[in-house]
Amino acid sequence: MSDRQDRLAVRKTYKLYVGGAFPRSESGRTYEVQAADGRFLANAALASRKDARDAVVAARKAFGGWSSATAYNRGQVLYRVAEVLEGRRAQFVAEVADAEGVKRGAAERQVDAAIDRWVWYAGWSDKVHQVHGSSNPVAGPYFDFSVPEPTGVAAVVAPASSLLGLVSVVAPVVVTGNTCVVVAAEAAPLPAVTLSEVLATSDVPGGVVNLLTGRAAEIAPWLASHMDVNAIDLAGVTDAELATELERAAADNLKRVVRPPLSEPDWEADPGLDRMLAFLETKTVWHPVGI
Amino acid sequence: MGTGMFDYAPAPESRAIVDIAPSYGLFIDGELVDPVDGTPFKTVNPATEEVLSEVVAAGPQDIDRAVAAARVAYDGTWSHLTGRDRGKYLYRLARLVQERSRELAVLESIDNGKPIRESRDVDVPLVAAHFFYYAGWADKLGYAGFGPDPRPLGVAGQIIPWNFPLLMLAWKIAPALAAGNTVVLKPAETTPLTALAFADICRQADLPPGVVNIVTGAGDTGRALVEHPGIDKVAFTGSTEVGRQIARSVAGSRKALTLELGGKAANIVFDDAPLDQAVEGIVNGIFFNQGHVCCAGSRLLVQESIADELLDRLKRRLGTLRLGDPLDKNTDIGAINSPEQLERIRELSAIGEQEGAERWSPACDLPDRGYWFPPTLFTGVTQAHRIAREEIFGPVLSVLTFRTPAEALEKANNTPYGLSAGVWTDKGSRILWMAQRLRAGVVWANTFNRFDPTSPFGGYKESGFGREGGRHGLEAYLDV
Repeated sequence: MSDRQDRLAVRKTYKLYVGGAFPRSESGRTYEVQAADGRFLANAALASRKDARDAVVAARKAFGGWSSATAYNRGQVLYRVAEVLEGRRAQFVAEVADAEGVKRGAAERQVDAAIDRWVWYAGWSDKVHQVHGSSNPVAGPYFDFSVPEPTGVAAVVAPASSLLGLVSVVAPVVVTGNTCVVVAAEAAPLPAVTLSEVLATSDVPGGVVNLLTGRAAEIAPWLASHMDVNAIDLAGVTDAELATELERAAADNLKRVVRPPLSEPDWEADPGLDRMLAFLETKTVWHPVGI
Repeated sequence: MGTGMFDYAPAPESRAIVDIAPSYGLFIDGELVDPVDGTPFKTVNPATEEVLSEVVAAGPQDIDRAVAAARVAYDGTWSHLTGRDRGKYLYRLARLVQERSRELAVLESIDNGKPIRESRDVDVPLVAAHFFYYAGWADKLGYAGFGPDPRPLGVAGQIIPWNFPLLMLAWKIAPALAAGNTVVLKPAETTPLTALAFADICRQADLPPGVVNIVTGAGDTGRALVEHPGIDKVAFTGSTEVGRQIARSVAGSRKALTLELGGKAANIVFDDAPLDQAVEGIVNGIFFNQGHVCCAGSRLLVQESIADELLDRLKRRLGTLRLGDPLDKNTDIGAINSPEQLERIRELSAIGEQEGAERWSPACDLPDRGYWFPPTLFTGVTQAHRIAREEIFGPVLSVLTFRTPAEALEKANNTPYGLSAGVWTDKGSRILWMAQRLRAGVVWANTFNRFDPTSPFGGYKESGFGREGGRHGLEAYLDV
């Protein structure tokens, strides 16, 4: 990363990730991203309303294929993300350390936990049905069963934890077959952009995860009121008034809403099932039994 | 109707079994009490327009009292009981419902207008079954898959509709109490009487005061309940529009929310379906309970090659339906629940004609008094027609056709709702193919409108969120 004396480094342009491609913001805007210590790190794309809408279109387009992929396949794709992420561990450690101003050891712990979280969720793809589905002993001659199904397109406002927090809110959404539009942590978006490069090279179909950098207060209202978004996770919304406004807008088409936590969660803790279940519907099928 | 092959002598169920008081108070803290700031209103029999009783539209101070009673009961009694004892109370309630089942069925039919055959054979037995089912969960919550010691939410505010008054009460109260919550429940303004009868059942069961509170009233009462800062949970069954308002109203609070809202279900009939069964299923899908069913099969999608034959059979079958006195045991179609609802059904049906669909009803004499609407079907309906898009909540069926399974699927899913769907075909693999792809919370294959306490029920998309019934139904009342 550092400029050596004998060679001028090639710096990376940080762009959006929409529909499997890396466009700039259609608005042409960028914003300065600084390290926790104030150093200039990069110019990130400042996503607009139009970018958000494009991302929703891409997510909707990807939903059919991703939600009907086999659970085994989705599990393998998520595991592949962990593999590729592991291969770029050093890069993420440096980016997380820069972004969050934490010591190298702490950054390493977070990156390791993020990799392990992909592995953990990868394993859920073909188990959540068995844990959360049921066969229902109805009082009549019917075979009756309930299965979890993905809700659809989810909007995710990622928390401040630039990689581990991000992975902890994205993986549970996509593992079950949802697709998503993610608004990266505004102050620390670079690990998210690098993660999108990992996703793009990990067999995750384009459009399954779409990642926007910019201001949550500007982009999130468009996602919250978008009629083709089925759910919204407000994990990274720290302004209570904005959270209320977003939840109210989400009611227009009765989105499933995950409210912001009362305080920043411990992202290293066991995540439990809540975030996966929040983006699942239960479908019950009745079939007669007879000859 | 009744002019077909057979004429039937009237066979009315006796009303003598019910004893309706001239007026009722609010059921708060274990007693029927006079309102503080509520105002009286009348509840009528929709089949005769006879005034049945006077009940209270609870005011904000009444809601305060009810919520306070529920809180005291939660903190002081209910949350300290063992699951086993909570379960035993629920078993008592189930048994009392069974013992008083005939009375409850008659009362439901009088206040709601639904045929006694349905209240007697469907609603009330399901009410008892629901309490019986959740009673058994009360001491097994640690095994329900929500962690070893799941906690209740606290005080639940519950608002239910008029189409299945006592059944919706059971769907709300049974899981809430099993999970350890206390409740304030508001029945619909036009159907308060069975909820007040249930209040009496709570007393007979010696349920601790304040665990169940019943506040009658209309929209204002509901709003006061939803907005009350003292409740931890809102559960609502009703229209999508009111559901939206409630979702907006709880935004920014920590109140948990589940919503069971409207629907516009597709009932899809393929060319290999057993047609006689399909006809019965279509009739049950849209004319059960006068079509006052959120999951009603209000859009019939029939494969083009059998459309004519199916419609012929369907029309013949509609000609044999008997509309009239809800208390008559031979009645198939009862009264529309209220003049407002009747007006909405009339209005949307008129729009259906204006937009170019063809309207048909069997020859059908409507009683002189009361609110009635004949079974009606529209053919030549397109997806753009309002009668194909909007919930009518009445005995009105919109018929569309399709050629391929993919087209059927596309049309079925082309709605903001996602509560239920039906598929009729002899081919098992096709049933499962369709069931996988229909974006609806309940899919009935070669049957329709089946309900069971063990079977999770609830919607996708704008039909709401959360499930009622089964293990899944506990989640709505646990802090998970």
